[in-house]
Amino acid sequence: MAAIELRGLTKVYPGGVKALDSLDLAIPDGEFFALLGPSGCGKTTLLRTIAGLETATGGAVVIGDRDVTGVQPGARDIAMVFQDYALFPHMDVTDNIAYPLRIKKVGKADRQRKALEVGTRLGLDQLMDRRPGQLSGGQQQRVALARVMATQAKAFLFDEPLSNLDARLRLEARTFLKKLQRELGVTTVFVTHDQAEALAMADRMAVMEAGHIRQIGTPAEVFQRPANTFVAAFIGSTPMNLLDGTVRGDTLEVAGCKVPVPVSAEGLLVDGERIVYGVRPEYNTYSAEPAEGSLGGKVAIVENLGASHLVTLEVGDVLVQAVVPEGDEPELGVDGFATPRRDRALVYRDGELVSA
Amino acid sequence: MAQATSPPEAPEVIDEARARRYSSDAAGLGRLRAGAFVAPALALIAVFLVFPALWVLYLGLTNYRLTGTAAAEPKLVGFDNFVKAVSDPAFWNSTWLTVQFVLGSAVIGQVVLGFTIAWLMRDRTGPLKRAVEGLVILAWILPSAVVSFLWVALLDRDGGTLQALLHLPGFAPLLDHPMLSIVVFNTWRGAAFSMMLYGAALGNVPPSHLESARLAGASGWQQLRDVVFPHIRGHILTNLLLISLWTFNDFTPFMLTAGGPDGQTEVLAVHVYKVALLGQELGYGAAVSTVILLINLVVAVFYLRLLRSKK
Ligand SMILES: Nc1ncnc2c1ncn2[C@@H]1O[C@H](COP(=O)(O)OP(=O)(O)OP(=O)(O)O)[C@@H](O)[C@H]1O
Ligand SMILES: [Mg+2]
Repeated sequence: MAAIELRGLTKVYPGGVKALDSLDLAIPDGEFFALLGPSGCGKTTLLRTIAGLETATGGAVVIGDRDVTGVQPGARDIAMVFQDYALFPHMDVTDNIAYPLRIKKVGKADRQRKALEVGTRLGLDQLMDRRPGQLSGGQQQRVALARVMATQAKAFLFDEPLSNLDARLRLEARTFLKKLQRELGVTTVFVTHDQAEALAMADRMAVMEAGHIRQIGTPAEVFQRPANTFVAAFIGSTPMNLLDGTVRGDTLEVAGCKVPVPVSAEGLLVDGERIVYGVRPEYNTYSAEPAEGSLGGKVAIVENLGASHLVTLEVGDVLVQAVVPEGDEPELGVDGFATPRRDRALVYRDGELVSA
Repeated sequence: MAQATSPPEAPEVIDEARARRYSSDAAGLGRLRAGAFVAPALALIAVFLVFPALWVLYLGLTNYRLTGTAAAEPKLVGFDNFVKAVSDPAFWNSTWLTVQFVLGSAVIGQVVLGFTIAWLMRDRTGPLKRAVEGLVILAWILPSAVVSFLWVALLDRDGGTLQALLHLPGFAPLLDHPMLSIVVFNTWRGAAFSMMLYGAALGNVPPSHLESARLAGASGWQQLRDVVFPHIRGHILTNLLLISLWTFNDFTPFMLTAGGPDGQTEVLAVHVYKVALLGQELGYGAAVSTVILLINLVVAVFYLRLLRSKK
């Protein structure tokens, strides 16, 4: 068990792709850390560089108090679950789980006992003699986890381990994985591009864009107070409303309407400056009648989200979305009003969050 | 068009008929026309493969010779030729030499050299890889007569290139180590096929499996044993099957050593040539060829069994 620290980590692939750009990150011991970002932003590269499967072009990787930048992957005391699980097809479950122990020259009886112990804990005890080809996707995933657990590594690295599972199994595996990590207390870095997964599982998370980390924080922080418009647009099951506006004294002029300055930006704005006003659809209250500080327009689209509806209003020439509880959804084409919650709305200046 | 004008229930009937026809005849040509397409190929195979093979079987039962009365009117002699072959020490000597040649140059030489080159070049791109592969493939595609001459020029006792470079008096590899010479020669000559086959096979080993082994701390050899070999087992067996049979029937050693000195490199292909054409006993030569064919079949069945026993 150990903390992971990255200092100015840079990775340039042959051909000139800068996948990581002077990246700093500190993950304390025992934390469940999620890496989130759009496709191609460098998540896998970051994970592989920590593991040593890619050599860093610049900077340092520190695990525990050891600088492992130039150390072979096998000597870093790290275990990784690959997206395709990388189980050896010619070995049965026991041998797969015990493989790292075999390489470390643990005796046969000892490693079989350990494999059974870990396998039992993950509900694999009936399957120990099967080969990976005879297992379901969920079972294979648990074998991969068991192999990682049996190593007693200092840190676990997971590269989208749930992406091969169907939606239901994914939810189960999510809960299971989180519980397991709690119990083991091993520092874990988890790559995903499913933000619901990151929000649900992580102690802390980082949002990446093009080789940079754009925000680090707890899921609640990242969801409620995205540090910049990139994170604001990326995080959330429905994208945040980001509307151009101008400061007019105590109020903001947004899409031709007047809304009050949000709590978070009070006293920090200059009269007349141009800003971006952000509010999540979940934090917009919909009404059929105009209200104080509301954005009014015509209902253009109503989307069913299951227990609620996403209503899109045409306010002037911009679109504003609000989430409406089941049963309250309006007809298309009627006038509607969305009132942002003043304690949840945010203001961005030059793409960065304005806050004290 | 017919469907468009036919009454509503007709298409079903047509479809059924068509389905039946398609199930046995995907191209929809009909037996006659399909037969016409394959007839030329079948005729060629019959004339150049099936007929000579049957002819050899027949010849093996006769006392047919290249010249003399037995050439004019060969007589059936039953299994005399076969009995003569299996009781001839020269035949068994040649068989043993052939086994050495196959094991040394194909099963060990070409497989190890081909795999090693493929493994070392697996992640490389660029001029070095192209140069190495180009040279190896060149050895493979040059005509036998040309490469044999090159090797004789290299190894010759008087005025050979090696001799000129090293100045070793009395150094005559083709005379002192004839079997080693043809083994090295054939390893060099045939490694390209194995290299290409393993090169393609290694591309199929999932990188994540290798990486997973590396993360566990596996050494290069452990990665080969635990990840690579199990993955390419089928390729290895197919490769062994093909090159064993090719090498078994290879006549090229004759061009280096002419079977000598003193019969030390008289592998079976050379042996047949000597008894059938130099010794003029075509009937006996045909019988020996049939025995070689049987040995080939045994080897092939052995490998195919191994291949099928894939767990
Ligand atoms: N071996 C490689 N050689 C060259 N460029 C690469 C290599 N691997 C990745 N890249 C590039 O590096 C960048 C980051 O890739 P990476 O695989 O880390 O993205 P990712 O965030 O994991 O994406 P995804 O969510 O699609 O898995 C991409 O632009 C990619 O094209
Ligand atoms: Mg990735």
